[in-house]
This record gives sequence, C-alpha cells and structure tokens, in this order.
Amino acid sequence: MFKSFEPNKIFAITSKAPKYVLFLFIVVLTIGLTEALVLSPEDYKQSDVIRIMYVHVPAAWISLGIFSSLALLSAGNFVFKNKNFALIAKSLAPSGFVFNIIALVTGSIWGKPTWGTWWAWDARITSMLILALFYGMYLLAWRIYEDKEQVIKVTSLIAILGVVNVPIIKFSVEWWNTLHQPASINILSNNIAIHSSMLVPLGIMTAAFALFSLLIFLMKYNTELIKVKNKGLDRL
Amino acid sequence: MINEIILMNGYGAYVWSAFSFTLISFTALYLVTKLQFLKEQKRFASKFGSLNAEQARAARSQNINREILSNI
Repeated sequence: MFKSFEPNKIFAITSKAPKYVLFLFIVVLTIGLTEALVLSPEDYKQSDVIRIMYVHVPAAWISLGIFSSLALLSAGNFVFKNKNFALIAKSLAPSGFVFNIIALVTGSIWGKPTWGTWWAWDARITSMLILALFYGMYLLAWRIYEDKEQVIKVTSLIAILGVVNVPIIKFSVEWWNTLHQPASINILSNNIAIHSSMLVPLGIMTAAFALFSLLIFLMKYNTELIKVKNKGLDRL
Repeated sequence: MINEIILMNGYGAYVWSAFSFTLISFTALYLVTKLQFLKEQKRFASKFGSLNAEQARAARSQNINREILSNI
C-alpha cells in the first residue's frame, strides 16, 4: 500500500526539492512581508499593532497542523508498522516546535499593547504552552532513547496523547472566558469575519510559513536518511 | 512614508520585534538544519572513502547511496 512512499523512491525527489522550495519561500515571504507591513491597512481599534497577527496566527495554525500530523503519522505507524512514518514525523517536529514558540512569543508581544500584559494564564495561551511542552518532550525523547523500537513507541505515545490538546486549543475560546477573541476564520462553517485587505496578507504569510516548514522538513528528512545510510555503511 | 512604517503609530517596537523574532527564529532553524545535513553528508563521504572496492560497489548498488554521492 505504501510502496511509492518508501525512502528509496522519494529520496530522489526530496534531495533535489529544497533549493526550489527555498526559492519559492523567499519569493512568497517577500510578497507577504510587503503586504503585511506596508500595504495592508491598520485596524480601526488596534491600529498598527494588528500587523503582529500576520506572524502570530500562521505560526499558531502551522504548529497545530504539524502536531496533528505527528499524531496521525504515529497512529499510522502503530497500525501499518511502517518505520518511514516515524522518520517523517521526526523530521516535521522541529519546525512545529519553532512555530509554537513563535506563536507564544509574538502573542506575548501582541498582548502587552492590547491587554496590558505580556502573559496571562488564559485558556488559549496555557493550552498553547502545554502544546510546546508536548513538542519539547517529543523532541527530547528522540535524543534520550537509543533503542529504535523503544523511541518510536515513546514518541508515538507522546504525539497521540498530546493531540488531545489540539481541539482544546481550538475550542478554548468558546468553552471558557478568555482574553482571546473567538476565531475570525472558520473554514468548516465558511464563516470569515475578516476583510479581504487583511485576509490576503494573512493567506500569503500562511503560505510562506507552510513553505518554510516544508523546506525544514525536506532538509531534516534527508539528514535522517543519510544517518540511516551511514549506519548501513558501518555494517558493510 | 518611511517614518510611518518604522513608527507604526507608536507600536513600531512591538510590531518590529515580533517580525524580527520570527525571522531570526527562521534563520536559526534553517542554519542548524543545514549544518546537521552537511555534517551527515560529510560523514557519509568520509565513510564511503574508507570502503574497499568491493564494499564500495555494494554500497553503490543502493539508489539512496548513489543519490547521496551525486549531491556531495
């Protein structure tokens, strides 16, 4: 079922793709930054501080998306016993963690002028911090455990347990009274409460961030494959 | 115009620090990942160089090994 998904088949693509992805990322990021910092309008209430949204929101979306992928790949690994799933998940995690940290830090910077505080134990912020801890545990487990079978089991368990937190993050603004406003964009109900002059830069910045995570994933995946091959050379 | 972009109606310090933090994080992650990749590639090249002719032939028979060598 996953034969075309084997490292042998995809390495030829993954080894050449990073330079094209890097080029595309630089182009999209340049357009995105111009839109976000220069062309997009200021908010009638928050003025220019709204521009932080263009880095904060995509970073939060992508860190959530990557963690959900880690959980899916981990579940896939348990079901199909395909080790390549673990390798893909391991390669995705670093960029997910960095995006999570970016979301927390830029959120804190945004919080000071809008809420008057750098940090609050608000449901959304706290659950994002918990996600960062899960990311931290996931990455640490890959460093601590040396036995391959054991590390795959432990990291898969962390990802599957941690994914419970993802819907909590998503619905925290509806379930509890929080400083965060309810979601302005809901794809499921096609409800978009944001003007196109702000939606377009947000979309472009999200595309740029997604390209960056793809770039890091490809580079990390190639590194992991070469590590495996280095071990193979030792056995010759 | 330039002043407006820099000052951002008094919020410049917040906006620019958020964007700077993001771009610095991107650069750091990219550099760390690239260095790890180059280190593994170098290790592979040196291990491959120390193989005898028969071992090298066996190693070259694998697609990924050939692909790694073609990129070094």
